[in-house]
Amino acid sequence: MADVSELNNNRTMAIWGFASQGNRWMLFAPAVVSGAVLLGVLPLVHFSLQRGGTFGYDAYIFRVLMFTLSQAGLSTLLSVGMAIPVARAMVRQRFYGQNFLRIVFAVPLVLPVIVALLGITALYGNNGLWGGHIPLYGFWGIVFAHVFFNLPLSVRLLSDRLEATTPEQHRLAAQLNFDDRAVWRLVDWPTLRPTLTRVAALVFMLCAASFVIVLTLGGASATTLEVAIYHSLRLDFDVSRALSLSSLQIILSGILVWLAGRFLWQAPLLGQLQTQNRRFDGNSLLAKSVDAAALTIATLIVLPPLIAVALAGVLHVNFTTQLLYALLSSFALGAAAALLAVVVAWPLAQLQAAGGKLGKFALLCGIAGFMVPPAVMATGWFLAFRFLDGGVGLAATLIVCLNALMALPFMLTGLAPAAARSNLLHDKLCASLGIVGWARLALIDLPSMKPVLFQALLMGFVLSLGDLSAVTLLGSHGLVTMPGLIAQQMGNYRSADAGGSALMLAAICLALTALAHRLGKQG
Amino acid sequence: MNRFILTCAAIACFASSAFAKPTLTVYTYDSFVSEWGPGAKIKSAFEGQCECTVEWVGIQDGVAMLNRLKLEGASTSADVVLGLDTNLTAEAKATGLFGLHNADVTVAKVPGGWTDTTFLPYDYGHFAVVYDTEKMPVPPKSLDELVNGDASQKIILEDPRSSTPGLGFLLWMKSVYGDKSADAWKKLKPRILTTAPGWSEAYGLFTKGEAPMVFSYVTSPAYHMIVENTSRYQAADFVEGHYLQIEVAGLIAASPERALAEQFLSFMLTPGFQNEIPTTNWMLPAGETSVALPASFDSLIKPSKTLLYTPDEVNNQRRAWIDEWLTSVN
Repeated sequence: MADVSELNNNRTMAIWGFASQGNRWMLFAPAVVSGAVLLGVLPLVHFSLQRGGTFGYDAYIFRVLMFTLSQAGLSTLLSVGMAIPVARAMVRQRFYGQNFLRIVFAVPLVLPVIVALLGITALYGNNGLWGGHIPLYGFWGIVFAHVFFNLPLSVRLLSDRLEATTPEQHRLAAQLNFDDRAVWRLVDWPTLRPTLTRVAALVFMLCAASFVIVLTLGGASATTLEVAIYHSLRLDFDVSRALSLSSLQIILSGILVWLAGRFLWQAPLLGQLQTQNRRFDGNSLLAKSVDAAALTIATLIVLPPLIAVALAGVLHVNFTTQLLYALLSSFALGAAAALLAVVVAWPLAQLQAAGGKLGKFALLCGIAGFMVPPAVMATGWFLAFRFLDGGVGLAATLIVCLNALMALPFMLTGLAPAAARSNLLHDKLCASLGIVGWARLALIDLPSMKPVLFQALLMGFVLSLGDLSAVTLLGSHGLVTMPGLIAQQMGNYRSADAGGSALMLAAICLALTALAHRLGKQG
Repeated sequence: MNRFILTCAAIACFASSAFAKPTLTVYTYDSFVSEWGPGAKIKSAFEGQCECTVEWVGIQDGVAMLNRLKLEGASTSADVVLGLDTNLTAEAKATGLFGLHNADVTVAKVPGGWTDTTFLPYDYGHFAVVYDTEKMPVPPKSLDELVNGDASQKIILEDPRSSTPGLGFLLWMKSVYGDKSADAWKKLKPRILTTAPGWSEAYGLFTKGEAPMVFSYVTSPAYHMIVENTSRYQAADFVEGHYLQIEVAGLIAASPERALAEQFLSFMLTPGFQNEIPTTNWMLPAGETSVALPASFDSLIKPSKTLLYTPDEVNNQRRAWIDEWLTSVN
């Protein structure tokens, strides 16, 4: 282990000489992200100063802040806490339907929130199959819905990470006769830790920024910071207040990053000779029962609402031209956003892995999409680019950029630890052979990180596929995406048709995830 | 070479603008131009008589539209803005962007008549509590019965900060209870299942059977009768009267297509526009139609009394009333 920290120190010291190593191009990523953020914030500051706005906080805001922290904190604790045993069970057991479950866990991410909520109410609502067991309307309803969305997300991210433990580690563990607890303590936990902090931060920010869930289930008294920002921009058109609130959100995210940074341990370095992974733990009856229980609970939380969504939609899938058009728009925008995001996320992951001041800045850039609320960003961009008079082309470009920015934190959760590990494995080799710059990218980094890149691309794509906020905030200019179509259907009494379209979206997400899973295995 | 290209481009631009038909840019809300909205038919009807092209710019909703105008200021590309309601017109006038419509206001048929020379109405609808007859055979007969009734029979409301019907209900409460509306909200509170961010979420929960009542429009049952062939959902007739929403359009004073914009606003109150409104926008036409309303519109309740604040009253009091509501329901 001394070896690792020494190497880390070397890297940290090397970071300011980083540009000379032929990797100067990577600096474009933080530049692009900070440029995008400034383009979002500065026009609004200018607009607000022009109109003599004042900045400040009041008591209402602190109540909002407390509510945000408590519901997001609890939702994160439950989602990520439950995800740990489930993720471990997913990697150390082999059972019937495992792949299916893994793929199903990708679906909540793509479902429009209101459709998923209707699925949840179909079970736990007043008129639901198991109605009355969960107080759905209020604080606990919000937490439950957040767990529904974020438990599967956490399981996916954590189990992807656990899959990346090397076969040698498990062989060695088996040879040394490690019991399950020792495997956990010495192999899995050290692998998981760096990702765990990131996943927790991601889930916390997702819950803190949650919108439709908080408002629909919480009613008037439940408001998050993000909602307050939206209200101040929308209802009162009070740009100064929106900016004051955003600065609070930025401070909050800053604290979160600082905390996460303190706990971002480095994963241990171990050589890897073969790709076939096999584990030898989790065979005792106790381990099997614990795993079975964890999997059952997770499945019971995630699957039934999805089945309700499927049942509600299955009779209403209509292949209209409108649906096909919406699918095409969503695909085009989603693919562009995913590509753009991965091009930015890759250097950010490398910079984060390298550490140092630049690494910390890259960490901030990675979560920029959460720090500055999309409503603020979209309004600022609108002001900044209005002179172009670009119509639908400009709208599409900005939608892609906003989606990419919002996908970055999700992508980096997997990419950054993978980059750190890949660098630890290959830095010395590359240094001794003098492989730098593009050659290293093409020969070493890209091939070794291919599966992780695939996961990140898929994540970005699925995320953009299900996103409505960018289109709503930036203006559609006639572009109708899948979530947009679903919202239109919901807004025109056609919630049954909306269910059909949502099922279609979920089915596509399932198919894509299955495909990526297969490709990832081959890669 | 560059100069040559620029010259060609300039000539091309000039030529296209000299020979192409003028374009009328109309800002409206998304659902007006959605697949089910009246947008497409109205566009072709107007283009048939104006030698112009209508370009719809769909924006989320009326409030977002107004904010867009505030951001753009005088450089807005809109010629006509269609889809504000009377709760927004005072604020819209204050931007100084809107010009007089110069149309005959007596053509507009809305409850209480029309006198505004800046904005013209194109449709209207009374708000109403819509109930599920299978779950609630006897609906409340007044707002007071709703406020004081059985707390186990819930209603789903919309948030006045983010939803037009939500603001409508707040104004309804205010116009009936006046100074005592904070108390009334406190009494109503146990009956509120939840306050959804928008009409879509609220109505979605309602049709899933989460609550027997939802706040919507008098015309909502017409949709269920015409499209779904069911009379299960009905609007409750309240003795205090019903709060009214009137949707309006106005023109941008500095628009280069001012004459065309005036022509469009006049067209708005003719059958070519109005015929589409009832079964696409699910509101009542504010002008003459050449086809009779579908029969199911006759079976809708007809509010005996209309409640409506003036645009200025709403504009001056809205913030205070919303704050009062926030404190009462928390």
